[in-house]
Parts: sequence; structure tokens; C-alpha cells
Amino acid sequence: MTPRPRWNGRVTAPPDDCLARNEWICGAYLSSRREILWDAALQHLQLTALAVVIGLALAVPLALAARRLRWAAGPVLGLTTILYTIPSLAMFSLLLPVYGLSAALVVTGLVLYSLTLLVRNILAGLRAVPEETRQAARGMGYGPVRLLLAVELPLALPAAMAGLRIATVSAVSLVTVGAIVGYGGLGNLIYSGMNTYFKAQVLTASVLCVVIAVAADVLLLGAQRLLTPWTRRGGQ
Amino acid sequence: MKTLSDTWSWLTTATHWSGPDGIWNRLGEHLYLTVVCLLISCLIALPVALVLGHLGKGGALAVNISNIGRAVPTFAVLVLLLLTPVGTYGQWSTIIALVLFAVPPLLTNAYVGMREVDRDVVRAARGMGMSGRQMLWNVELPLALPLILTGVRIAAVQLVATATLAALAGGGGLGRIITAGFNLASTPQVVAGAVLVAVFALLVESLFEAGQRIAPSRGREAA
Repeated sequence: MTPRPRWNGRVTAPPDDCLARNEWICGAYLSSRREILWDAALQHLQLTALAVVIGLALAVPLALAARRLRWAAGPVLGLTTILYTIPSLAMFSLLLPVYGLSAALVVTGLVLYSLTLLVRNILAGLRAVPEETRQAARGMGYGPVRLLLAVELPLALPAAMAGLRIATVSAVSLVTVGAIVGYGGLGNLIYSGMNTYFKAQVLTASVLCVVIAVAADVLLLGAQRLLTPWTRRGGQ
Repeated sequence: MKTLSDTWSWLTTATHWSGPDGIWNRLGEHLYLTVVCLLISCLIALPVALVLGHLGKGGALAVNISNIGRAVPTFAVLVLLLLTPVGTYGQWSTIIALVLFAVPPLLTNAYVGMREVDRDVVRAARGMGMSGRQMLWNVELPLALPLILTGVRIAAVQLVATATLAALAGGGGLGRIITAGFNLASTPQVVAGAVLVAVFALLVESLFEAGQRIAPSRGREAA
């Protein structure tokens, strides 16, 4: 991993390129380490996507339960807030006895974080559905299931999508901490770059993290626009 | 269950609490980092947010800075600063990174708090002949206080978390117990460190929550 020319037994002058000079921005790094970068970015995307999808699958029923059952709302919100307060390094460490040094540890930690943001936002969206709308749907003969699927969930979608965007961007950033157990996507490159003082690697991996976060945010915003065409009509 | 009892025996071993690598020392470092950086961040962010909020300018920046802060990995900033010349000056790279991540929530919440003050109240204050400074101190600031304190609470919790991560980049604090545990491949030590960090973070959160509950009621009494 050290940015040094390969030793071939002969004493030759080291090439005077940006790798040898350990510069922050280095084109030679990009071209020579393309595969490593690609693999790390792919792992980063996989960990993030898996965590957010599982988080969403857990958050929807939890939010619905908290909405239906009044007594459930307090404990669900309280527990998710406690989970969110625990620092990421401690969260991953607490899961170590359960999962060992594995990708599952990182995914589970990220799921627990995204739960807070998702449950809060989905619940806020469901609570913001006007009672008149609900009554109108009931008056039109909608049963509870159809009311939920065709009226309440679509109207809660903008708030839920806002939560999903924040959860996704946070997850992209938190994956890097997974480097402590060897599953940190681009965080692995930052971690090894730190130990070898490899500036180009640390900067490139960091910038890629931000690029992935922004790209994910823009994609989800686009999806939100497509899924909720009514919010665009008539301004506010 | 074995891990639980091992963790317990790690925590109850007296030698793990004393010395430069001991829990007390690490806790002191963590507390010091959190308090110092919270003070610095408040001194930087709050005056800016209060003035911008009073003038009603720079709102896009104040609100979006939180979103930007979320997209940038804390760990990346810690390592980047460590590799810059700043990194050679002991704790400074850690302190700068911590402040960078504490400023956005402070700025956003204080700005929004100032802008959400009822415009009628502000107009009434101006009608009573208050100067801009009097309005800021006597009207807008007290009314914006709950949201400002929310920002301080979020920043404090964020600081505890970032200070923990700083251990990965060679900083001090309770996170060091965790990273040392990983280096020693000692699961009980890793879990013990994590428990200490989690308890510390939850204590900070509940302390600020309690403080928030007291503060606004005092404001109402005075009004």
C-alpha cells in the first residue's frame, strides 16, 4: 500500500511523480489504484444500501404500530432516541460479541441509526394526514387497509422521503467507521492511508464518500418528485 | 453471557481505572475535549447566527450548513486534518475537527430560532422605540432560547461522538479504550469501553435535556 516504486534489485533514482512526492491530489494514484478504489466504493454502496433497505423494512411497521397503538409511541421513540445518542464507534463495539469482525456488524449498526430518523419522519408524516381527509376516505367506503395504502401512506410520503434522505446520507458517512472491523468501504482506504501517511489515498477516498452521499441524496430527491407529483402542482 | 461477565470483571479491575491509560484519565480527556470544543463552537457559531438571524440574512447558508456537515464523514475529516501540518501540533487537529462538526447544529438551530420569533412581537418592540441591539438582547434572544439550547444539546452529543472517533486518529478520550481493545483483540475491553462511551453520551444528553426543561420556564416567569 505504500506509494513507493517497486524494488527491482537495482539502485535507480525514484520517479519524481506525485506519488513519490506524496501530494494530496495525484492523477497517478487514480490511474494506478483504480481497482482498489472501485472495490472500496462498491463495498461502501453495498453496506449503505443494505442498511437503509433493512432499516426501512423495520421502520414502516414500527411507525405504523406507534401510530395505531398509543402506548407504543413513547417506548418506540424513546428507544430509537437512545440508540441515536450512542456514538458510532461504541455502537459497532457493542455489537462485536454478537457478530464478530463481520460486515453484518456494520450493517446492523447502521440499521439501528437509520431506524431513529426513519421512524420519526414516517410517524410525523402519518400524524400530519388531516382528519378530514381520513373521514372523507372512510365516507367513500374505504376499509382500514385501503385507507392506509391509498390515502395515509401516500400523504406521509414527503416526510418519509425527507427522513430517508437524511438516513441515507448519514449512513454513507458512518460506513467509514466500519474500518475499525475491516468493513468500512472507502473508510478502509482512509484508515490504511492514515497509517501510511498516504495523502492522495485519504483525500481521494474522502472526496468519493462525499460524492456518493450527494449522488444518493439527489437520486432520492428525484425519486420523491416522481412519486409525489401532486406536491409540484399549484406551488405550495 | 461469557462476554458480559468478562466485561464486568474488566470494568471492576482496579488497575484499569488508574494510570495514564486508565478510565479516569480517559474520561477526563473526553470531558475536557467536549467542554472546550463546545465553548469554542458556541463562541464562533452563536454570535454569527444571532446577528444573521436578527438581520434576516444568510439564511440559505445557515440552514444548508447542517446538510453539508452530514454528508462529510467525521472520520475522513479527522484523518485529513491529522495529515495536514496542523496534525503535528498535538491535539489541535482533533479540536478543529470537533469544532467543525459542532458548529453546524448550533448555527442552524440558533438561526431558525431567531427567525421563528413572532414578527408581530418584533414589530411591537420596534414600535416601542427599541434599538436593534435592545431588540436582539431583550426580545429575540429570550424567545429564541429554546431552539438555541436544542442546538447546544445536539452539538454536545455530536462532540461526545466525534471525540470518541478521534481515538481512531490518535486522539485521546474514552474511545482510546475501545481502539486499544481492538489492537489487543480483547473483546471484553472493547465492550467495556463502548459501555463507558454510551453511558457518558446518554448522561450528557439527559443533562442538557434537563437544563433545557428548566431554562424556558425561567424565561416565562420573567416575562
